Amino acid sequence: MTALLIILVAALLGITIWQISKIFKLSQPIESDDSQIANNKDNQKQGKMFLVFTVFLYGLMIYSFWELSKFYAPGASAHSEDYDQLFFISLGLIMFVQVIIQFLIHWFAYKYRGKEGQKALFYADNDKLEFIWTIIPVITLAALIIYGLFSWSEIMNVEETEDTLVVEIYAYQFDWRARYSGSDKTLGEANVRFIEGVNQLGLNESDPYAQDDIITSELHLPVDRPVLFKFRSQDVLHSAYFPFFRSQMNVVPGMTTQFGFTPTTTSKEIRNSEYMVEKVRNINEIRKNNDNLGPDEKSYEFEYYLLCNKICGVSHYNMQMKIVVETEEEYQKWINEQQTFGELTAQSQN
Amino acid sequence: MSVAAQPLANDHAHEEGHHEPTFIEKYIFSTDHKMIAKQYLITGLIMGFIGIAMSMLMRLQLAWPNETFWIYEVLLGKFGEDGVMDPSIYLALSTIHGTIMIFYVLTAGLSGTFSNLLIPLQIGARDMASGFMNMLSYWLFAISCVVIVSSFFVEAGPASSGWTVYPPLSALPQAIGGSGLGMTLWLVAITIFVASSLLGSLNYIVTVLNLRTQGMTMTRLPLTIWAFFVTAIIGVVSFPVLLAAGLLLLMDRSFGTSFFLSDIYIQGEVLSYQGGSPVLYEHLFWFLGHPEVYIVLLPALGITSEIIATNSRKPIFGYRAMIASILAIAFLSTVVWGHHMFVSGMNPFLGSVFTFTTLLIAIPSGVKAFNYITTLWKGNLQLNPGMLFSIGLVSTFVTGGLTGIILGDSTLDINVHDTYFVIAHFHLVMGISALYGLFAGIYHWFPKMFGRMMNKNLGYVHFWITAIGAYGIFFPMHFIGMAGLPRRYYKFTEFPYFDDLADTNILISVFAFITAGAQLFFVYNFIHSIFYGKKAERNPWRSTTLEWTTPVEHIHGNWPGEIPKVYRWSYDYSKMNKEDTDYIIPGQDYVPQNVPIQENEEEMNE
Repeated sequence: MTALLIILVAALLGITIWQISKIFKLSQPIESDDSQIANNKDNQKQGKMFLVFTVFLYGLMIYSFWELSKFYAPGASAHSEDYDQLFFISLGLIMFVQVIIQFLIHWFAYKYRGKEGQKALFYADNDKLEFIWTIIPVITLAALIIYGLFSWSEIMNVEETEDTLVVEIYAYQFDWRARYSGSDKTLGEANVRFIEGVNQLGLNESDPYAQDDIITSELHLPVDRPVLFKFRSQDVLHSAYFPFFRSQMNVVPGMTTQFGFTPTTTSKEIRNSEYMVEKVRNINEIRKNNDNLGPDEKSYEFEYYLLCNKICGVSHYNMQMKIVVETEEEYQKWINEQQTFGELTAQSQN
Repeated sequence: MSVAAQPLANDHAHEEGHHEPTFIEKYIFSTDHKMIAKQYLITGLIMGFIGIAMSMLMRLQLAWPNETFWIYEVLLGKFGEDGVMDPSIYLALSTIHGTIMIFYVLTAGLSGTFSNLLIPLQIGARDMASGFMNMLSYWLFAISCVVIVSSFFVEAGPASSGWTVYPPLSALPQAIGGSGLGMTLWLVAITIFVASSLLGSLNYIVTVLNLRTQGMTMTRLPLTIWAFFVTAIIGVVSFPVLLAAGLLLLMDRSFGTSFFLSDIYIQGEVLSYQGGSPVLYEHLFWFLGHPEVYIVLLPALGITSEIIATNSRKPIFGYRAMIASILAIAFLSTVVWGHHMFVSGMNPFLGSVFTFTTLLIAIPSGVKAFNYITTLWKGNLQLNPGMLFSIGLVSTFVTGGLTGIILGDSTLDINVHDTYFVIAHFHLVMGISALYGLFAGIYHWFPKMFGRMMNKNLGYVHFWITAIGAYGIFFPMHFIGMAGLPRRYYKFTEFPYFDDLADTNILISVFAFITAGAQLFFVYNFIHSIFYGKKAERNPWRSTTLEWTTPVEHIHGNWPGEIPKVYRWSYDYSKMNKEDTDYIIPGQDYVPQNVPIQENEEEMNE
């Protein structure tokens, strides 16, 4: 693959050099007209080039939608359906406008290319036309804004109920930790000034709420239960990006930020979805042919992940945490197996 | 005796006793706006060369993350040992690429060049209001360039926390090597840059307000001048805020204050900072950062307005609407900064407000795009290289602007924020569009600057490869962004999920190399034409504006005799006489601004 591309690049460079020499020849003043101002011939030729370019541009757009739109990640949270709908409506709208406007620009550039004896139309103003293309965007955008704002307030204003699972996501260079509130359903007090030894997240050891907190390096979430994340960073800005759940929030040292969503598809379900089976098969095909990977890295199985999406230092590109979405029973079983903060500190003191 | 010292309204600027300027006066410490424009242009182009070269290294790394390339070792030294790029230098490259392209190339290189060249020439002034301040502005810019480039030669590398230099990353050398001396140099460079920009902008504003020739009312100004004028105002309003943010950051870094820092534990120790907030920095930064987009873009739009009208042989459609759009964009640009911060942790209600103001910007932008298209309609398009780049700008401005509707919507921003979707969006709407504006301006006003013509065939090749390449790079890039691919990642191989995007990344990189290669045509054409280009005539594009009434040879004071008076707006192209039998001046499809209203014509637009 790489060798092929190198050959391709080399070939293109060769063509480029060949073209340069040709152009040098062309640029020599052989013709009588060497004014360097576009003449009738140039106008004809460049006008037609705009048509050729239009074909390229539309071809590229079609190719991109045909071949690349499959990369759009499937949604797996309660609000992702709403998000995707708004996204596709907006995308459809802008592509509709794009297709028309690009055509007009390039078609006009071709159609009205200069010709000898052609007269341009002196046309300086038309209030009606300008009113039309002011008012149409106003109406369309008003609709989009209102739609968007409803979704926004729905997503951002998470109401905490009995059922809500509160999880702290803790970020540091260059990893994540999750903290569950334990049986008392309350996260213990924490501050970086308490960080010491095994107390990696800076919990206040004298706070009784902290004792039953559970700190993990994997994020497990029960399906169909609303989760409210509280984000905390110990050093620099990070951003907790959950692409499959259409969720993202910056993690800011010195303050707690929050974001909530309800996962709706378990890891098992999405792994077995038609989309993911096909995608993972394709990825494994690529990995099989990748000589840089060790034998144990060749096979990939899909897992949800959380990644850092705000530049945070040299290993920013590899700051990730595995997310497992599972049934309530599986989740309960898992969380009960985890060590509480109280147990952790007791153990380290022995 | 310099021109600047003379009252500019004086029509008899050239008395006897004028001594020949020495080499230093003429080429180095010149106070002549035309020479300063050329200085800005050439410095800006050199910075552009550096900035684009950096992006090539990044594209090489992103396309083949696990390969070694000797070029890394050659260009990056210890950061590219054995042909492997160091992750920290990748971040440094992206930081300095952004800084150089936005501030040094597209702010100073574009606005500095053409504001200086065109404001006095198009409004009919002998020079800028203050030639000395103008010279100072350029030399501060030059010093700033040296400082930012020199940061590549410090031990721990240059600033590497992104061009936005968000604290705490940018404040703490413990967090990343580049936040040591490299970051200090970045702050020094930007501080000098802001001073330079303010001196320049104030000069532009005063010149446009005070030194217009007789008859040149504000509504007769070419749109270029309107764009430069409004750009200068936005610069004066917003650059000082960046300076404030930079100073506070400097104090946090050097004097232990806590404006932006709080509760930090790093490398095994708790720092004493307490009570500051990085979000405050984000607000201050983007209060400049967003208007900056329009500081970059408006001059490009002004330039293309002029070039499209001239080469269409038609008046710009909706002159007053164009001015209104420029003003509306300028105003709105100062109240939308929060759309960079939808997921920063600020109150979601603010997000709603900023969504509203942001999407409003689409309206004046749309008006501008439609007006350009209508200007092309039924024209007699002279497809000179400058015109091609102008049409290209309208195309990329629309493509890039439309995706802004997705990013400006707080809901949709959640999932594409800081992904390659954003990269594709702003490169098209701001980077490529503004670069097209820069190229258009260079091809169009080269005869005015250097008295010679650029080679048109090389210009055509330059344009078409660039146009294909730019779309080839940035259109597919939206889709890898929609896949959730984050920006500022040194490589994506740590996530097997992204493995199937590798081919698209290679495709993008190949387009990037071809496009960058095409710029060599321009470099050759530019340098060759300065010395060997065909000698230009006085008004090669048959244009109406005043700069084409000056002699080809540059002189102090621009016009040898009296400053021309202005009798009409600058867009009387293809205007017919009352009987509709011929153009107003028979056989000539344009009427220069200094030609009085003729008997057989109706006056427009007063």
